[in-house]
Amino acid sequence: MTWTSIFIAGILTYFTRMSMVTMIRKEMISDNLRKILNYVPSVVFPSIIFPGVLLDDFGAFVTISDPKIFGALTALVIGFFTRNVILTIVSGLSSYWIVIFVF
Amino acid sequence: MRSKYEIFKIGIKDVAPHLLSVFPFGIIFGAIGIELGFSPLFTYATSLIIFGGASQIVFLQLLSGGASSLIAITSVGVINSRHFLYGAVLSEYLQKLSLIKKLLISYFIVDQGFAVSNQYFKKNPTEEFNHYHLIGSGIILWFIWQVSTVMGIYLGSIVPEELGLKFAIPLTFIAIIVNELRKFDHVLVMLVSGLAATFFYNAPFKTYIIISPLIGLFAAMIINKLKK
Repeated sequence: MTWTSIFIAGILTYFTRMSMVTMIRKEMISDNLRKILNYVPSVVFPSIIFPGVLLDDFGAFVTISDPKIFGALTALVIGFFTRNVILTIVSGLSSYWIVIFVF
Repeated sequence: MRSKYEIFKIGIKDVAPHLLSVFPFGIIFGAIGIELGFSPLFTYATSLIIFGGASQIVFLQLLSGGASSLIAITSVGVINSRHFLYGAVLSEYLQKLSLIKKLLISYFIVDQGFAVSNQYFKKNPTEEFNHYHLIGSGIILWFIWQVSTVMGIYLGSIVPEELGLKFAIPLTFIAIIVNELRKFDHVLVMLVSGLAATFFYNAPFKTYIIISPLIGLFAAMIINKLKK
């Protein structure tokens, strides 16, 4: 029964991936819609980032001194100025660890 | 004009930094699957068949917690519904491909691959073989995800929990969007969707993952109307 559910979940996930790619044709996308689609990364990723930083594993707000907040802010600043993905991730993780292990 | 192979390699190179967080996340996922009491084969099968990190964790957690398969499957569908948005964005660039190629490439559409390949497509809209970028980024992400899942399954928690490496996932996404912070309208839209996600986090079936981007897109629509 659970094996069936993996396959159904897999088919469902695959459908979310292939449906738009196969069904949308260029002429279906107006200039206005194209402008709005430009924002897709800017709406999807913050929807994962914000709860990932501001909430704990149980969905409650973390405190302002939480290492995740410090790590995320460091990553934002470093990323903004260096435009370097590795530096962004590494600086965020290391500042997060500094708060956890040093303080 | 770049060759297929060149663009394929650029795809791998562009997404490579993100493997820094995908790799430990895969190990963590494999270890979680075994900890929750699933067999190695069952745990691994989710990586091959579902191939969507966060949704796989939720899937196994729900099943092990005694939730019905229907609830577990629905949650996977909701969490992964963000791919509809990715597909809509990518469709324009994949339009010229045959149906078979579209169907094959679609399997490899994941967050980080979508993000870096979309950036490449925007900069090189006329390259004939630009879909090879998505194949490159997608295949390397797929490969690392499979390998790291298997490592997590067999090596268990070699990644100590105290390191909190789950936090690498928000960080990899911060790295993806940080450049857009230079545009005021994008900053506004990010704040709207991020705060909406935090607010709706406890909505059933993880629906916050699709409700909040839609709220964000609605905000973007209004902002674009006002700009005119």
